Parts: sequence; structure tokens; C-alpha cells
Amino acid sequence: MDKYLNIGKSVKKIDATSLVTGAEKFTSDFKFENTLYIVILYSPHSHAEIMNIDTTKAENIEGVVDILHYKNVPRVLHTTAGQGYPEPSPYDTYLFDKKVRFVGDRVALVAANTKEAAVQAKDKIKVDYKVLTPLYNPEKAMENSAQQIHEDDEYAKIPVKYRPDINLAAEVEITLGDIKKGFQKADFIEEHIYRTQYASHCAIEPHAAASFFDERGRLVIISSTQVPFHVRRIVSSVLSIPAGMIRVIKPRIGGGFGGKQEVFLEPLVSLVTWRNKRPAKIILSRKEVFVSSRTRHPTRIRMKTGVENDGTITSLEMDGLMNAGAYGSHSLTVLSNIGAKVLPIFNKIENIHFIGRSVYTNLPIGGAYRGYGATQGYFAFNQHMDIIARKTNQDILEFFKRWHIQEGETSNVFKALGEGKEGVDQIIKSCKLDECIDRGAAAINWYNKRGKRIKSGKDRVKGVGMAVAMQGSGIPKIDMGSASMKMNEDGSFNLLVGATDLGTGSDTILAQIASEVLRIPVEKIIILSSDTDLTPFDVGAYASSTTYVSGSAVEKCARKIAEQIINVASNILKSKKENLLLDMGKVIDIRDKKAVSFEEISLYSLYEQDQFQIQSQASHVSSESPPPFIAQFVEVEVDIKTGRIYVIKFVSAVDCGQPIHPKLVEGQVEGSVVNGISYALWEDYLFDSKGRMTNNRFWDYKIYTATDIPEIETIVVSSYEETGPFGAKSVGEIAINGPAPAIANAIYDATGVRLFDIPFTPEKVYKKIKEAGRT
Amino acid sequence: MEGIFKINGEDKKFFFNSRAILLDVLRENGYTEVKDGCREGECGACVVILDGKLVNSCQVFAASAIGKDIKTVKGLGDIHSPHLIQTAFVESGAVQCGFCTPGMVLAAYHLLKQNSDPTEDEIKRALDGNLCRCTGYVKIIDAVKMAAKKMRKNG
Repeated sequence: MDKYLNIGKSVKKIDATSLVTGAEKFTSDFKFENTLYIVILYSPHSHAEIMNIDTTKAENIEGVVDILHYKNVPRVLHTTAGQGYPEPSPYDTYLFDKKVRFVGDRVALVAANTKEAAVQAKDKIKVDYKVLTPLYNPEKAMENSAQQIHEDDEYAKIPVKYRPDINLAAEVEITLGDIKKGFQKADFIEEHIYRTQYASHCAIEPHAAASFFDERGRLVIISSTQVPFHVRRIVSSVLSIPAGMIRVIKPRIGGGFGGKQEVFLEPLVSLVTWRNKRPAKIILSRKEVFVSSRTRHPTRIRMKTGVENDGTITSLEMDGLMNAGAYGSHSLTVLSNIGAKVLPIFNKIENIHFIGRSVYTNLPIGGAYRGYGATQGYFAFNQHMDIIARKTNQDILEFFKRWHIQEGETSNVFKALGEGKEGVDQIIKSCKLDECIDRGAAAINWYNKRGKRIKSGKDRVKGVGMAVAMQGSGIPKIDMGSASMKMNEDGSFNLLVGATDLGTGSDTILAQIASEVLRIPVEKIIILSSDTDLTPFDVGAYASSTTYVSGSAVEKCARKIAEQIINVASNILKSKKENLLLDMGKVIDIRDKKAVSFEEISLYSLYEQDQFQIQSQASHVSSESPPPFIAQFVEVEVDIKTGRIYVIKFVSAVDCGQPIHPKLVEGQVEGSVVNGISYALWEDYLFDSKGRMTNNRFWDYKIYTATDIPEIETIVVSSYEETGPFGAKSVGEIAINGPAPAIANAIYDATGVRLFDIPFTPEKVYKKIKEAGRT
Repeated sequence: MEGIFKINGEDKKFFFNSRAILLDVLRENGYTEVKDGCREGECGACVVILDGKLVNSCQVFAASAIGKDIKTVKGLGDIHSPHLIQTAFVESGAVQCGFCTPGMVLAAYHLLKQNSDPTEDEIKRALDGNLCRCTGYVKIIDAVKMAAKKMRKNG
């Protein structure tokens, strides 16, 4: 018999019917009387000082109410990164600055009675710029001659290296063992440089925020955010409004993927409402989302390994250079993760050196993006290991199995390298990566395809490749989630959580966890999430934390409720507590089978004797971050005459602990895989010589549609993580890490050419094939 | 200017700027189930069925749609009695954030009106104008298959 009532069941997603019938509201769907519409004027220059702003003509446009720019807004250094306090990202941003640092940096905003008036006025603002030398090449950012992008008075809130004078937004370095000795011991050195590009999250809902004063004069913000509590804190500090005066509500969110872990619109709408005592609203255009929101950081990663002829890696050096773009949002933590999420997977390597630097350039701003540095790191790692395995004549699957971290093992890297600071020691309690590798390989028919270079047409040849990865489940000792619950007289429960459902289904998953503890159907849980007035605190949806961290808070909270229910039932039934069991909305005495319903218990506690409401709350912070594991396999077909890559089949086998909701687990994997393939083959930011993004619309920045997808198979490997709620670990990010390296490895398998930089466009592939003389 | 539109079976009179696009006019008048994702005819979040044709409402002048029959996702079913296609989306796990969903559902409806037994390729092609970043399309395609089956069964 199944031991779980709701866990591991694909129950109906709580908001699915309301979403599919168009009944749910997203930020831009809220309408307020007398709203001020905000548009932003952006810099046409990639690096310039603003000598003057003249808004006279713009003010004369009918309907224009307020114009804000560096001269009339609070000048408070902050970071827009929606992270815990104190944020590890540098304080390098003002609402509006006297300097602009990329094409798309904000110069001013116009608030008007209509959007049309705001747009018209925006074009009438006269700005005098003194154009400065731009810096586009991250590799040159730290040279003596490089133009300084940020100012010396900007600072890091935590004790880390931050040097705006040399355009250094962040630096991390760890050394374990003796790297030099390791290289000396090696039979050969394998060294390559891998590059990854800019990418946009492309949540279909563009960023939006609205604000208004409620009846009592408190500021209410509605925002498409992943981090409502960080929004409240950051708006409070930038605008000097007490946090208690601010309420942040997260309605339905149309996808985030990290792009909405960023607080850059809320302060603007809030300031307009604060100054004008009117509701204000901003909705970004798609072009603005591409250029002026946040992106995946481009990287250049140098991997150097000392290798013995049997494949033993004696030394590993990873040198990551990350383009932070114009501001340093997430520039330390994404950078750290290039090493922190990648290096522990090969925990038997004794000598490790990781150095990472994030540098400022006059290009769009990097930020959080699903995978968060691990994606970039695993691109380098998985190709590098494929190269080593081939050179030492080893089966790559056996090679991974031999070297990867196992249950009961640890890695020195866990402690040495966290997210921007020292990490947390942990022993792996669940790892089914071997099984992931075996089952994934079987699904792709690995041994019948690997190295076979099967011709599938006159100019077409097939190959297979694979990649492994781990991620984390929340940030240990930092991420905190809370929940509160109360019981209603019909035996239903209100569950209030700060956790932020972006469309991932976390509302449903948290309700499943609560209902499992109480042994009731999920429908008995009425969940409300992410309202800073109504729900308890949660850091928000990022770092693959919600199921594991917020889910544990919910589990704890529900256990306290269960205890109270048992207490009341024991009074009613005159039974000993230890004989009582929760079962489908009843409490049963296991000896005499006497039972009392939740409804009776609730009515009794509310009205009859020793009255109180059955209610509770709990918080959870984890002392560790158990990684999920994944093995991903791809079969590609390469057209050697055109260089075009056709992905035929993609298999992911994942160990995410106990899946709470299998369909949502698959959905996370499938969404990540398709985003990952699209990133590997197509997506890139193109810039002209002036630093302007030239493909800032979906017509030119193509993402995968239904016709583009290959056959996709997702295998959820059975696993149990003892520290997680009902055995669960995370799954939100991990599956985006494998597509790019697996495809690169498959291209090599098919053609014998290596693609060291993403995306693998037909031009690049063709050029490589031609160079290798294989056409 | 003003005009009467037949929206989800009801005649509605709206006032609007002569250059206004249908998407904005619909949203301003409460049809917020029509989503605004790119305003350039690429993402498909704003599709409606206009006189039987699936169109991106951001690419249509409202003035040109006066007197025409417009169907939004709310015209198919509501929370109390969802359409078979909507139920299939829910059951298949095809709804994550739900922002592309109204458009996807209408694209599926438009397909199944013309072709009650589509192949997987036909389904993919029918959804080609609708971007989704959450699901990887796998479960959306499953949903359309399930809906087709259910609709055939129901005649």
C-alpha cells in the first residue's frame, strides 16, 4: 500500500483551472482609478556623463504629471539584486544617476495620465551627454588603460573584494591541496577555454509593477516579483519609507527564471505614488525586458587539468571571468556558483584552484538566471571531462561513475566555497547519479550509438553526448521560509506562506506537504502566498529553495497543528494521545476505533471548552543544501553541408529526492531542457559597434516553439533525502545545466569537432567542420 | 471612435482611439484574459478568435474588428464549467505560470474545430505561434491530444 496520501501524486494544480479559464490576475491586469502611467527614458550611449537634463518641453505635454531623474530623486546607493540582507551584491546603483553605463541604462521617467502622453513627453526630454570611452570587452576590463565604469565610493555590504577602480565587481578564490604538485604528477595537461553568451529569461509576462495608497495611507505594491519581502525591504531603504508602511502583494506571475529576482521597478512606481498620491503603473515592453532588465551573465571559463594516463585527475584549475555588465547584480554569487555548484561533483580531486572574477563592462546587466552560474560552469566541466575520457580511452559513463561524489561522502569545496563567502560543510545523504546515468543511457540507447557516426542522409551524421550536474536546495544557513496555519470549523485549513509561486506550482506543493502531515485531501488546504501584510516571511523563489526550505517550514507548522488536533481529540474521546491517529479528516483511537471528525474537533475548540483556535506557525532554515543530481543525454544530427544541428532526442534522468508532484517535477525538467537547448543552439545577444543590442525582439531573438522541440524523455529516479520534507530535494534549476555541454559532446561524437562557445549556430559549426576538413 | 463588437457572444460597445489596437481595447475593457507579452505578433499570448480566425490581437486595429465576432478564452468556459480543452490542460499538467495558456488554449480550440484527430506534427504546427518558456511544450502537446480524444468521444 502507498504510504502517502498526497505526496508523489500529481494532484490538480491549485491555480490551474482559474488560469486556464483566464480568471486569474497578473500584475498588469489590475486596474486603478486615476493611474499614472510610467515610461522610462533610456540612455542611447553606452558610457556617458549627463551634463544636464532639461524637462521643460516634456512638462508642457498635456497629461504629464511628474518627471524624475538624477536631480530630483533620493540618492541612495543600493543593489537591485533581490537577495537576503546584507546582500552579497555590490551597492553600485542609484535610482537615477548622473552617469549612464550602457545603452538601455535609465536616465529619467515620465509619469502621465495616459501612456501616450508619457511616451510623447519622454521624447521631449533634452539630455546633454558627455560621451565617455565605452568598454565592451570583459577581458580588457581590468587592464590599466581601461575606462573606469563605477565610482570609488560604491561599496560592498559584506566583507568581500570589490574594486570599482579596476572594474572588478567581484572576486573569489579558493585553493585546496597543492595545485602545482598535482600538475607535476600528471602525465599530460588538458587546458581549454569555454565561453558562454548573454541570454534573456524570456518569461512571457514582461516585468510589471503597480503601486497605490490604501484607504489608510499605506503604500501597496503589486509586482511581478520572485522576492516580495526583499521588495519591501529594498523599497523601504531606498525611499526611506518604514517597512511597516509598505505592503507588497505578489499576484500570479507569468514566469520568472531569475529575471524577477530583481528589484528595479518597484522603487520607481512607489516614488511616483509617494510624490503624487496617485496609483502608478509600469509595464515593460519586450524590448525593455531584453535590454534593460537582467540577463544571464556571459562567461569565459578556462579549465586546466593535470591528468594521468588512467584518467586520474591530479589537479584542476578553473578560472572564470564573468561579464557583470554595467551593474554588479548577483555578480559575486553567480560567479561563486561557477565553482561551488560544479567542483564538488568530482570530490576525489585533491588539488583544486578556483579563481573567479566579475568585471564591469558597458553592456546589459547580468543577474540571476535559472542555473545561476552552474549552467556556465557545467558547460565547461562536462566538455572538459568528455575530452579527458576520450583521450584516456575511457567510457565516459564509467568515468563519471568512478569520480562523482557518492552518498556518505563530502567535498572540501562545500566548506571552502559558498555563495559569495565560505560555504557549509555537508555530507551527501542521497545521490542516485549512478542510476541516473544507467537509466538515461538505456533510454537514449547509448552504446549502440556512441562513436558510431551513423549516417542519416547524404550530408547528415548522428552522434550522442551526455552531461551530469548537481545543483543545491536553497542557500544553507541563509534562506529562510515560514508558514502559518489555522483550522476552520469545517476541518479545512488556511495555510499562509511567504513562498512565492511563479508558476512553478509551489502553492500546490506546499499544500500537498501540509495535507500529507494532516492526512487530509489537498482540497482541504486553502493556501495564500506572498503578501507581506498577510503571510509570514520567506526569502522568495530562488536558489531552488521553495520545496526544500519553505516546504520544511510548512511541514513543521503542520506537525504542530497535528499535535493540537490530537490534544483536543484526546479530551473529546477521553483517549490517550499515543493511541490517536489522524486519518482522512478524523482522529481515530487505534484501540477501540472510536473516532472524532476534524469538524467536531474544530467546533469543540472554537466553542465548547477551553476555547482556542487550532493554529500554528513555523520557520525553517537549513544547515545544508542537499544537491539534486542529473544525467542528461542527447542525440543530435549534424548537417555537415550547412552546419545546422538537429536535436533528435533528449533524455534527462534526475534524482530530486522524493518527487512531491511528479507532473510538476517533469514540467520543471522539460521547461529547463527546452530553454537549455534553445540557449545552446540559438539564443544570443547581438550588439553593434556602439553597444546597442540589435536583436531585442522575439523576431530576431528566437526561442524554441512547439515545432522545434525534439523527443523529450524525463526519468524521475526514486530517491529519498532524509533532511527534506517527505524526502524531497530541489528540481527547479538543475536540468538547464546539461543541454549545452551534452549537445557539444554529441556534435563531437558525430563530427570530431569541438565547439567551445555557445550558441552552436550553423555558421560556427560549419566553420569548424570546414577547418577540420570534414565536409 | 466607437464600435460594437460581439465578444464571447455578447454585443459590447467601446469607445477608443482610431489607432488603438484590439489587444489594448479588449484589455482596457476588462478582457484581461487576453495577455500582452510582446506587442509584435510573435509570442501569441494575445491571440483571440476573430470571425473564426486565430489572430494576434496586438496586430489588429480595433477599428477593423468592429462588428466582428471575437472569442477569448473566457468564451470557452469558466471556473465553474471549463471547456474540455481547458480541463485537458489542467489534467495534463500543461499549466505552469499560465500566462501563455489562454493563447495556447485558443490555438488548440482553433485546431480542433478544423481537425478533430490531429497528428503530433499538426498539433505542434498549430501551436507554433504561441511561445511558452515554462513547460517545454511537452505537456501542452499532451493536453491537445487528450482534448482531441475527449472531444471525439463526446462527438
